[in-house]
Amino acid sequence: MSSHNLEHSKSIYFKILLTLFVLTLVTVGASFIEFGSMAVGIAVGLLIASVKGTLVAGNFMHLFDEVKSIYWLLIISAFFFIVVFFIPTLWDANLIKASVDTWISE
Amino acid sequence: MIEIPYNVQAREETGLYNAKLGVWIFLASEIMLFGGLFSAYILLRIGSPVWPPSGETHLSIPLATLNTFNLILSSWTVVKSWVALKENDFAGFKKFMGITLLCSIVFLVIKYFEYSHKIHLGIYPSTDNFFGIYYTMTGLHGLHIIGGLILNFYLWGPGANMWQTEPERFTNRVEVAGLYWHFVDLVWIFLFPVLYLLN
Repeated sequence: MSSHNLEHSKSIYFKILLTLFVLTLVTVGASFIEFGSMAVGIAVGLLIASVKGTLVAGNFMHLFDEVKSIYWLLIISAFFFIVVFFIPTLWDANLIKASVDTWISE
Repeated sequence: MIEIPYNVQAREETGLYNAKLGVWIFLASEIMLFGGLFSAYILLRIGSPVWPPSGETHLSIPLATLNTFNLILSSWTVVKSWVALKENDFAGFKKFMGITLLCSIVFLVIKYFEYSHKIHLGIYPSTDNFFGIYYTMTGLHGLHIIGGLILNFYLWGPGANMWQTEPERFTNRVEVAGLYWHFVDLVWIFLFPVLYLLN
């Protein structure tokens, strides 16, 4: 990070801290609101958590101001994460297991 | 002795010094680790007719909220300790890293009270799927806190001697230790609503 960027970052760290505190209170507050359906409540909770996560990763971890190689590293990881994330679901839905069974029987 | 290259200067191909690249690769594997557990949580939850299965979580929202504030504060102090080194303010580094260490200890003490309360009530990982995933995820996260505490304590204490001999390299060490610590904070930011609030 260059000295210019350091000056810029320094000026916003405290604002980010206060925003994260406020969003934590909003998360707790939102959990007591009846949204009518559980799905909406969960979506709101995760949305606020994602905003907080982005603020931490973007500012404290300097991801808004990083070199391309880290972006690529994270994009590739995200791709494999999504694969890992969906394998159990696809297996459960019998999409993979059926193919494996066919392959074994052949 | 062979000098390890790129521990201060960025390597041309990556634009990063080695430790930073190494820590980011490590964090990518950590995303997989915790991502797998979040995936398990979702599958357990949608597979269960009632969530939590026993109908009651026995979790303290005030204590978990306090711990969330505590970890967010520690994320700010760890970045401030790095800024202090960038500005040649070693006393500032000691102060902010010291506060980070205190926050880590407070987090673990609160976690201890949470766990002991549940164990006192006879609630174990085997009680039901909710507590199985609760103990697994918060336990693994707690181990990460302990790991970060040891690492940060080293940098605050004996490891700080490097500031006298190789200040830039030491500043980089604090930066990458900070990256790890922010990640631990980031995981908690998701664990908090998922386990404590959205039931």
